[in-house]
Amino acid sequence: MKTVGLIVNPIAGMGGSVGLKGTDGMSVLRQAIERGATPRSQSRTAVALAGLSPLRDVVRIVTFPGDMGENAARAAGFSPEVLLKDEIDPTTTTRNDTIRAAGAILRRGVDLLLFAGGDGTARDICGVVGTDVVSLGIPAGVKIHSAVFGCSPRESGDVARQFLEDPATATRASEVMDIDEELFREGSVQARLHGFLCVPYVRQRVQGLKAGSALSEESVQRTIAGYVVRELMEPETLYVIGPGTTTMALKDRLGLDGTLLGVDAALGGKMTGKDLTEARLLDLCDAYKRRKLVMTPIGGQGFLFGRGNQQISARVLRFFDPSDLLVLCTPAKLCALEGSPMLVDTGDPGIDAKYSGYIRCVTGNGQYAMYRVR
Amino acid sequence: MGMDMTTKLRDFHQARWDEPIIFELTTPGERGVLVPEAPADVRRAGEKALAALPADMVRQEAPKLPEMGQMRVLKHYLRLSQENLGADLNIDIGQGTCTMKYSPKVNEILSRNSGIADIHPYQDESTVQGALEIVYELDRALRAISGMDAFSLQSGGGSQGLYAIISIIRAWVEHTGQLGRKDEIVTTIFSHPTNAAVAKLMGFRIITIYPGPDGRPDIEAFRAAVSDRTAALMITNPEDTGVYNHRIGEFTDLVHAHGGLCSYDQANLNGIIGVTRALESGFDLCFFNLHKTFSAPHGCGGPGSGVVGVRSSLRRFLPVPLVEKDEATGRYYLDYDLPNSVGKIKNFHGNIHAMLKALAWIRALGADGLREVARVAVLNNNYMFRNVLKIRGASAPYAPGEHRMEQVRYSWQTMKRETGVTTSDVQNRMFDFGVHYWTSHEPWVVPEPFTIEPTESYSKQELDEFLAITAEIAREAYETPEVVRSAPHRSTVHHIDHSYFDDEKKWAITWRMYRKKFDDYFVAK
Repeated sequence: MKTVGLIVNPIAGMGGSVGLKGTDGMSVLRQAIERGATPRSQSRTAVALAGLSPLRDVVRIVTFPGDMGENAARAAGFSPEVLLKDEIDPTTTTRNDTIRAAGAILRRGVDLLLFAGGDGTARDICGVVGTDVVSLGIPAGVKIHSAVFGCSPRESGDVARQFLEDPATATRASEVMDIDEELFREGSVQARLHGFLCVPYVRQRVQGLKAGSALSEESVQRTIAGYVVRELMEPETLYVIGPGTTTMALKDRLGLDGTLLGVDAALGGKMTGKDLTEARLLDLCDAYKRRKLVMTPIGGQGFLFGRGNQQISARVLRFFDPSDLLVLCTPAKLCALEGSPMLVDTGDPGIDAKYSGYIRCVTGNGQYAMYRVR
Repeated sequence: MGMDMTTKLRDFHQARWDEPIIFELTTPGERGVLVPEAPADVRRAGEKALAALPADMVRQEAPKLPEMGQMRVLKHYLRLSQENLGADLNIDIGQGTCTMKYSPKVNEILSRNSGIADIHPYQDESTVQGALEIVYELDRALRAISGMDAFSLQSGGGSQGLYAIISIIRAWVEHTGQLGRKDEIVTTIFSHPTNAAVAKLMGFRIITIYPGPDGRPDIEAFRAAVSDRTAALMITNPEDTGVYNHRIGEFTDLVHAHGGLCSYDQANLNGIIGVTRALESGFDLCFFNLHKTFSAPHGCGGPGSGVVGVRSSLRRFLPVPLVEKDEATGRYYLDYDLPNSVGKIKNFHGNIHAMLKALAWIRALGADGLREVARVAVLNNNYMFRNVLKIRGASAPYAPGEHRMEQVRYSWQTMKRETGVTTSDVQNRMFDFGVHYWTSHEPWVVPEPFTIEPTESYSKQELDEFLAITAEIAREAYETPEVVRSAPHRSTVHHIDHSYFDDEKKWAITWRMYRKKFDDYFVAK
């Protein structure tokens, strides 16, 4: 018997249909309801759970009362175990309930946590379970910038099923992003990287004779890190290293106690700064004459600068040249861009233009891709 | 009565023999051939030979070979063959990029001729003039087909052919005094991955070009990638997408302008044979797989042959020996006199059976016939192309409205989004109709890919059958997806646990290793 945790954010997505760009906070929700918004997380959860219904007899769903999961699970033919029955009022949920539910799931222990919502929901869950629970999002929110959701509710259901059926299914740490809704409503997009969830990764496997199995994402990241350290890194040079799992592999290879979400700096194999702010970065860049910048594109959208790493601002980038930039990216991540260029959006058109064009991005041991940046 | 000729769907079922591994069939003492005891003088001579071996090389015990009678061996392999979908049984157009075609059986008979089957590479040249003539004549034919000036026929397959090419490029860099200055190879993501692999093996940095919006390699990225560090371009053209690249001349010109070489992966020449040549496209080296375009049996039906052609300036780097002809005497001989030869790529001189079959195929067709091969292959492919695109859920990325060359990379992305059924699921279901298809090289730039290459060998009736099967599976994906997702239902085996591929600790490529790793594995602990 496998157990699947289910957390549905009942109000996710309500703002989008009425032009509110999100549903964070009660006043916005009231505004949404006034504008005639209707919830859609129930119907989206139903689609995902339909994909799991063939496993009804071998999967137990652990969920929360009413619209927080119980209703959707019962509608899909499951007999769920309902937690926090007396503590949650499903008709007036807030993000605190999502956080409490995630805590209950963490304590209960599940094989997979399915949650329906948007970036805000992912962020709340990530804050509690981190990468300790394998998790997967059903896209139901307005904002979906995080790489932890299926492309559609149906795909979320399919991936969940595959993960439950095949013990060999891999997982990987994927980005949880969120944008500041207030600023977004004012027309400015400021996405931040909030953390990582451990997500099932259905590798596109080739069963034919012509190809062996591909290396896992982690081992490709380690390979890239090894190559960069052995062949590319120069002495007496300050390396500013951006956030992400690919650059984290480099920090690990260097033996640095680096941050996954933050911008760190290293010199001669030693940490010179950790989780740096824009101000500290400017100080460091001022202090060191030889400096390089190591980045990986963020999430599935391929932002190189301007999302998830705002510390590396236009002002910081003025200290560098495109030739100082080392971009690391696995081939799978490049393919996930589906041909779109990597993006630069620092708010400074001059800097954006400077970093646009084609970059050599490191994709393996002595392997590069020549890729477009816009 | 057989299959329904209106639906074109067979009521197929693969044989399932549940056949053990041959080592498990051993019966101590059972023999296939009772070898007569050697006479005393032979035995004595043998002992002398053994005594000459270093002690640590002499086996203390006999190898644990299977002990079986002849008839059981025969049945064992016949059963295994029935558990396979061979090239001569199924409509083998789903193995795109492999250029599966008919290998004329008359050429098999030719290759059994004792002048081919019973000769040894150590024989004196004077006793194998016919075999050398075959090599020589094939070399000349390939020169005409490619425009190149010299060929080495030594490589035993495509990857070896590319290994020969990168060896030549490396030797050229070295002998032209450019070591350390030319250390990069430019390739494309839709070129065969072996191009990048051999270059990496030889210590070059690899720069890969991704497709632009029209599916052709992004020429702006290419301009950014090529520099004076570029030792060579290694490209498959047309690429696996089947999109015609009308700008290939710009690519080769640019590399030449930076002093680099251009290598043309023509493992599959089928779309352009007899129509256009490596020379006119600006290439300095090329290679063909005789077991693809030139009809010698492919894959495990081999032996394979990846022949390498070069311009005259690069002849001195070719593997040795080459076969040449003394015009005065008319005698063929082995020429080892290549000053900067990369040496041996393979032991001896190459796979003569494949060469004979390729030469026979070329001679049977003639120049006009070769061009006809390309024309029919491209026609077949565009017939399939039009009809596959009518199937619900199927699409072909890039270059909308354009024809394709000899193959197409398709995508089931739409079907996956709408039904959850993936290309791997479809692949598994194909077996239930007595055919198969292959998805695509990794990484999957085209999502949920499949690649169809209907060469000139296949009749319209067969193409229609393959289309009917594909359409039927797409219908099932939309109406009864479980049938597809749980396939195959009528094949020898069901799903294979691929986790073994991912864990090197579980790899066992010999029986001895299998015993070592797995003898107690299936016993409950």
